[in-house]
Amino acid sequence: MHEEIVISGFGGQGVMFMGKFIAYIAMKEGYRLTYMPSYGAEVRGGTANCTVIISKEEIASPLSSSPSTIVVMNKPSLDKFCPRLKKEGLLILNSSLIDKEPERSDIKVIKLPANKLAEDAGNIRSANMVMLGAYLSLKKLTSVEKACRLLQDVLPERWHGLLEVNRKSLISGGDFAQR
Amino acid sequence: MSEKVLMCGNEVVGEAAIQAGCRFYAGYPITPQNELTAYMARRMPEEGGVFIQAESELAAISMVFGASLAGARAMTSSSSPGISLKQEGISYLAGNELPAVIVNMMRGGPGLGNIAPAQSDYFQATKGGGHGDYNLIVFGPANVQELAELMGAAFDLADRYRNPVLILGDGILGQMMEPVKIKKRVGKLACPEKDWILTGAKGRSPRIIRSLILKEGELEKHNRHLQDKFRVMKEKEILYEEEGIDDAEIILVAYGTSARIAKAALNQVKSEGIRAGIIRPITLWPFPEKVIADVSSRINCFLVIEMSAGQMVEDVRLAVSGKCPVHFYGRTGGGVPTAEEISRKIRELL
Repeated sequence: MHEEIVISGFGGQGVMFMGKFIAYIAMKEGYRLTYMPSYGAEVRGGTANCTVIISKEEIASPLSSSPSTIVVMNKPSLDKFCPRLKKEGLLILNSSLIDKEPERSDIKVIKLPANKLAEDAGNIRSANMVMLGAYLSLKKLTSVEKACRLLQDVLPERWHGLLEVNRKSLISGGDFAQR
Repeated sequence: MSEKVLMCGNEVVGEAAIQAGCRFYAGYPITPQNELTAYMARRMPEEGGVFIQAESELAAISMVFGASLAGARAMTSSSSPGISLKQEGISYLAGNELPAVIVNMMRGGPGLGNIAPAQSDYFQATKGGGHGDYNLIVFGPANVQELAELMGAAFDLADRYRNPVLILGDGILGQMMEPVKIKKRVGKLACPEKDWILTGAKGRSPRIIRSLILKEGELEKHNRHLQDKFRVMKEKEILYEEEGIDDAEIILVAYGTSARIAKAALNQVKSEGIRAGIIRPITLWPFPEKVIADVSSRINCFLVIEMSAGQMVEDVRLAVSGKCPVHFYGRTGGGVPTAEEISRKIRELL
């Protein structure tokens, strides 16, 4: 297994948290990994992104010029990263905020109304967990159930009241991607 | 911490320093190393240590000077423009033979530059930086685990040689998270007793720490003593990693983040049948010149990769001394080379 993931969206959509959580899951599953956030001025107000590389082997570069998966939460992210996605790569797209069709036919596309599914689960801000649920159910890094358990480790205690909403969101995203 | 945890490079620097017995940190904020300052603000009080957000970089390095002469394991950190401001203090530390650890998470320059990762402070780090004839031991770690280990080594070597040690990282290394195990370093490994520190002269004659030495011939004598020390460092402290250099036709030389990208390129061209190897200096000063000199007469050429306009390449050329061509590929001003760019360059050269 060698997976290079780029996650991208508006600052505040939980892009960095999603990346760190995937990194944590990968560590718990015994993989090698690197997590690299964008830390430029674009984080404030604009589009933020991070790169997670997961592998059985030693990871050379922590950067990815052609990721195998991209998770895009907003339109600017689609425009920026879709051209870089590897042939046959996986695009997970938040269709609640992106009304545009990806301009490629050589990739696998999963469209997810993440904001709506998150709202249904109880909190629109857990759209990132909907996207993550979809990712996990497709790539099988770990089971959605185990991810729900691991979430307790990474979520600061003051937010533990939100564990249930996050759990529902993960499951909802996973189920949607399987349909 | 016996289990692996997920931490970013900047935080790992802080925790590894604390585990190595560092109890004094003074710093002034600058991106991309702020996580370190924030981490120390939180952790130092927990350990009974001192954290000071100084009013300036000059103040921070001078506070480290004071803490060091009183016997504490002391450190400061910054990024490129801030490290430039600290150079006077670093020269004074070296002149007064005071141990200290300085961390530079490099960003794009010159001037205020930008906050993107860079390696353009190599000259400053390895060729003096401040005034006078002195050297620092300079480490160029390439991953978060190595960063943790070299922090511990940095404090030991600083004490052993009574000389500042510099960790030369970059924005990527500081921001990147990787699983890491941080070991507690118990005691000072083979470090001499600090019988020179200023503790108040109760019941003994006063000790003096100064770098102003005016008496005729005395400063030269002091400098000869410092040079003897630097010679021992050159004999004993060189660290590097190599891969595939025995049957290589081309050898890449790169350190830190560049070395990781170079390795990715190496894997690409090896699958095409190109015999390529890599030498990764871990100490940038003292520089691993011997291994480079040794292979230079039997290979086709070297390719040096840096996130600069070409600085370490000069040390490679000195080591090679004309025995084979030394090529360079670099990006500057915060640009980061891609593995594809490096692979293309390798194919061009063969």
